[in-house]
Amino acid sequence: MARTLAMFTDTSLCIGCRACQVACKQWNELGQEVPEWTGTYQNHAHFTDKTFRLVRFIEEPKPQGQMAWLLMSDVCKHCADAGCLNACPTGAIERTAFGTVNINQDVCNGCRYCVSACPFGVVTFNHDTGTAHKCSFCNDRIHNGLGPACAKACPTESIQFGFRDDLVAKATKRVAALQAMGFKEAQLYGADSQGFLGGLNAFFLLLAKPATYNLPDNPQVPQRNVVRDSVFSLGSALLVGLGAIFAFRRRGEGKESDHA
Amino acid sequence: MSLSRRDFFKIGGATAAGVATGARGLDLAPVEAAATSLKIKEAQVFRSVCPYCAVGCGQLIYARDGKIIDIEGDPDTPHTLGRLCPKGAATIQLSNNPLRPIKPLYRAPGSDHWEEKPLEWMYEQVARRYYEAREKHFIEKERGKDGAEITVNRLEAIASLGSACADNEECYLLSKLNRTFGIVYHEHQARV
Amino acid sequence: MTTNLIDLQYADVIMATSNMAENHPVGFQWVMKAKERGAKFIHVDPRFTRTSAAADLHVPIRSGTNIAFFGGLINYAIQRNLYFREYVVAYTNASFLIDPEFKTATDLGGLFTGFDPGKKTYDRSSWKYQLDGEGNPRRDPTLKDPSTVFQLMRRHYSRYTVEMVEKICGIPKAIFEECAKLFCGNSGPEKTGTITYALNLTQHTTGVENIRALCMLQLLLGNVGRPGGGVTALRGHANVQGATDLELLYHELPGYLPMPLRDAHPDLKTWLDRETPKGGFWVNRPKFMVSLLKAWYGAAATKDNDWGYDWLPKRASADAYSHQHIFVDMYNGIIKGFLALGQNPAVGGPNAKLARAAMQKLDWLVVKDIFVTETAEVWKAPGVDPKSVKTEVFFLPAAPAAEKDGSLTNTMRLIQWHEKAVTPPGEVTSDAEFVTSLASRLQKLYAGSKKPRDRGLLSASFTYGDNPKEPDMLLVLKEINGYATQEITDKDGKVVYKPGQALNTFAHMTDDGKTAGGCWIYTGVTVEGPDGKLVNKAASRKPADDKDYLGHGWGFAWPANRRILYNRASADLSGKPWSEKKKLIWWDPAAPGNEPDKKGKWVGLDVPDFNPFLAPDAKNGDKPFIMRTDLVGAFFGPLNDGPFPEHYEPMESPVRNLLSRQQSNPVAKVWKVPDQRNELAEVGSTKYPYVITTYRLTEHHLSGVMSRYLPMLAELHHSHFAEISHELAKELGIDNGDRVTVSTPRGKIFVKAMVTHRLKPFDLGGRKVHQIGIPWHWGYKGIEGLPGSRGDITNDLSATVGDPNVYIQETKAFLCNVQKGEV
Repeated sequence: MARTLAMFTDTSLCIGCRACQVACKQWNELGQEVPEWTGTYQNHAHFTDKTFRLVRFIEEPKPQGQMAWLLMSDVCKHCADAGCLNACPTGAIERTAFGTVNINQDVCNGCRYCVSACPFGVVTFNHDTGTAHKCSFCNDRIHNGLGPACAKACPTESIQFGFRDDLVAKATKRVAALQAMGFKEAQLYGADSQGFLGGLNAFFLLLAKPATYNLPDNPQVPQRNVVRDSVFSLGSALLVGLGAIFAFRRRGEGKESDHA
Repeated sequence: MSLSRRDFFKIGGATAAGVATGARGLDLAPVEAAATSLKIKEAQVFRSVCPYCAVGCGQLIYARDGKIIDIEGDPDTPHTLGRLCPKGAATIQLSNNPLRPIKPLYRAPGSDHWEEKPLEWMYEQVARRYYEAREKHFIEKERGKDGAEITVNRLEAIASLGSACADNEECYLLSKLNRTFGIVYHEHQARV
Repeated sequence: MTTNLIDLQYADVIMATSNMAENHPVGFQWVMKAKERGAKFIHVDPRFTRTSAAADLHVPIRSGTNIAFFGGLINYAIQRNLYFREYVVAYTNASFLIDPEFKTATDLGGLFTGFDPGKKTYDRSSWKYQLDGEGNPRRDPTLKDPSTVFQLMRRHYSRYTVEMVEKICGIPKAIFEECAKLFCGNSGPEKTGTITYALNLTQHTTGVENIRALCMLQLLLGNVGRPGGGVTALRGHANVQGATDLELLYHELPGYLPMPLRDAHPDLKTWLDRETPKGGFWVNRPKFMVSLLKAWYGAAATKDNDWGYDWLPKRASADAYSHQHIFVDMYNGIIKGFLALGQNPAVGGPNAKLARAAMQKLDWLVVKDIFVTETAEVWKAPGVDPKSVKTEVFFLPAAPAAEKDGSLTNTMRLIQWHEKAVTPPGEVTSDAEFVTSLASRLQKLYAGSKKPRDRGLLSASFTYGDNPKEPDMLLVLKEINGYATQEITDKDGKVVYKPGQALNTFAHMTDDGKTAGGCWIYTGVTVEGPDGKLVNKAASRKPADDKDYLGHGWGFAWPANRRILYNRASADLSGKPWSEKKKLIWWDPAAPGNEPDKKGKWVGLDVPDFNPFLAPDAKNGDKPFIMRTDLVGAFFGPLNDGPFPEHYEPMESPVRNLLSRQQSNPVAKVWKVPDQRNELAEVGSTKYPYVITTYRLTEHHLSGVMSRYLPMLAELHHSHFAEISHELAKELGIDNGDRVTVSTPRGKIFVKAMVTHRLKPFDLGGRKVHQIGIPWHWGYKGIEGLPGSRGDITNDLSATVGDPNVYIQETKAFLCNVQKGEV
């Protein structure tokens, strides 16, 4: 196995421009969506089958009247212990030689176990293809020696792509520097390979508690092949029920029908 | 080619980039084959500049069979280093866009709809309108403040706006035509 | 801009007065790099934006009070001796003595000497230097004489105290002091700072004076011409710099040559006499003007006919023909036909409702754009019966940059070539093809005319290359660059230029017809290579490296590939860098000179913006500001509204001017438009009590033609919205997401309310003033089914009022009302 590749998103450098979001959409040819009113600049509210990179906009008024606007480009975490991969009954979700987690569209049967198994709400179901979708770190690009489209576009290097060990070392230094500058809550999220989910291959530097960014404090992977409760489980379960019918109809194949 | 080599990411010696410069644009063909196909591999590459704001980000346009398939930042650009903003990253949809009109459209006075017209017909008609306005409203001479007659060769019946989106050469040509034609209402977005 | 984006990283402090992270995100990486190197970053903005989120300090400022803010900083720097004295004494007009008759606004209640209340103009005869017997300005290098520019400036800004800034701008004292300490504290030989600006400063009735105030602060702190310093003007369109250089502007000809005025310039002689100063680089103006006339009129331009000067149109007045004049005059029926080429005034200009009403009165309208714009469909704007609009409309689809060859000049004056990647689809054409096709048809219609008035048009060539349908853009660029019209030899008879050969430098332009050139500042962009082929330097693509951080091998920056203007100021009077840390160019006495027996040359990291062989101790060898007649940076700089910027309230303001009894700019332009189409709210209006500012978003482009039709961009914002503080929302009972009505005396629009902590009311000495903000990207055209693609036109709210120097509108600060629901 090659050295693990990773994406380090340093939110202290993010200016919320959403170049990553559009560059991802452009390269991966993800289609048009109708946005919803979120009350902020953010669109869309959640990851979708057409939005793999999502910039979050979080207003944090401080008690002294000062303001913080936390900006964060969120993405699939490519967990070392990946709930989606564990849950996949067909082997469509695979770990590549670079450590990334990828959904093989030719194998995916649209069962959506992965959708509910993801502790981050990343994996989504596409009704047109009848398959699950998510960020692949631009699998075609990285296998051809190019970095992912989002990291390439990012104007401020908030999104950095490289070997995981290099990036973790860099991130560790950066978080110490920020703390010294007075960002008391600056912390890494998912950098520790001894930590939750065996570490995330897309890890983050946050300027506030994970919950502020809509990230679970201690995400857990569901037991293999069992859909367990998570913050997303209710909606996901509904989707599983509805979507699988579509998938069955669309594909006309029997193999995914056992959980429909 | 130096331009994408910086872009390439060396992965355990598995991938290398070597791309030859074509006569016009650049060919990506010699990139080492990989298991996963890359859509831009067979494409021609053109050096471009982002058409949105005035930072002027260098762009690489990848085209195949006369169609643009990808537009990305050019990492060699000293002042932008291959980065783009969301507008720059969306540039491809300026070209590949079903909403784009590709035929000239004419709307008759009082009409409630467009009619498609041939380009040549449009050019003829527009030239005719310019000519008639100039013939009717041209001011060749007028008296100055002190009463003396001055040659002013001015046409006030036609105004021209734009554009900060046009190329230098296009702006120059428009300046040249407007001014040699006598147009004085001659402006673009820098004024607003 | 005088500087270069790459160079921002070497600033010790950066003050963005524009919303740089949102409007120039890729340029903003250099601010982030500066921060990484330890620089402090200040953001001055009425709103807390994505730029503020990256700032060390956000300074909230009430819209329309920029001069009070800059004046406060100037006062702060002078009072606390934080200015760079040696630089100020040597390189600016601070030490020059002014006519004793001149009085500043401190003494004349907000006015300067010479105001004529009837005409609303200034008699500027006392706004001048005292001259010695030889006609040179009198100076006092100690800066103590009360008639020095420095003392006048000190006195003028003595009223701009920290307390006054707080009351006018609404900036809490502690925040202003922190800002002043950070910015003014980074001055002197070892430190530099830069200031960014964009439309935040220009779109005001004090637009030009706003920028002058910024420039004065930069001169005072010794920041101009030095690494990490400069004036960082951030322009909004890909080629707004180029379109300005090539002069799609009513008042100039390409290369910043004044467009003739009937009374001031009836003939070439008067033009040359009036527009050729006695000193500075513009002494060369005749060469540039004659070369331009030769480029346009070719062989028909001769010395005997004044190079065809008579054929040029002459303006009837200096107060005419600007963007705002256009729509007033169109509404009044003076303009019959209109070309909108790559511009969408139905949405993008002030008082857009007036602009649309004006266009609906035209005989004919030609629109050339990539998409069918609101301007093209002005005959079916909401509420308009197409039958009632008699305007004939011609729409010609345009090709974007990817589908044509050409060059664009970015905000750093960097000319970059783009290649045609694909052929435009269908009958889509480039703007160049349209112009040359129209020109050749017009020439056919006039063929055979013997009238003198048609001679100019018939003399001009619009043929570039072999294919008339596809003009060769490189040949157009060569004409802009300039070329020899005949063989040019040096004094020894050696051939310097063959006929038709591209000029290497504007220094070779002449006023005898031997050279032609469409825009002198671009000379050098195309040169003849050793093989005799034309080299297009705009297409050169050498990346920057450690030896050349400014990347001189990438494109071509006008003038003469200089990347930082006035860079002679980076060295001290003796020609040594002010400090090792801040070196850029310096005098090398040992370098070979311009003649075999001479030594000494300016060398360094940039192309000198100076005569490279003019020694520091030679006459004018210590005067960096070569474009100015007096060769020094100007604190005292007469404009139509004064030689020093003075704070006035916007034309519409919620408060009285605290500095003087002069409420608004006394010489601002206010158009009278029939049919109540340009009414203004009164000072402190109760009907329109809130300040409104308008602006752009990262995800959209100006009037939206290049963003609203692109799904990838149009889906990023849900729909048109107004940003409203929680405090105001509470007062009005508005919830986040509610529809609201925003109205002014000119119009009203319906938008969604985005209630946010990022806007706060201003506390002006106990008086609370609310401000709202609305982006202006939307219009009635767009993508079916995508709400973010269409919306009401924000510019329906703004007024037809203008700065007295350049007539730009005031869309950054005016008054409105906000009501819940669609009223």
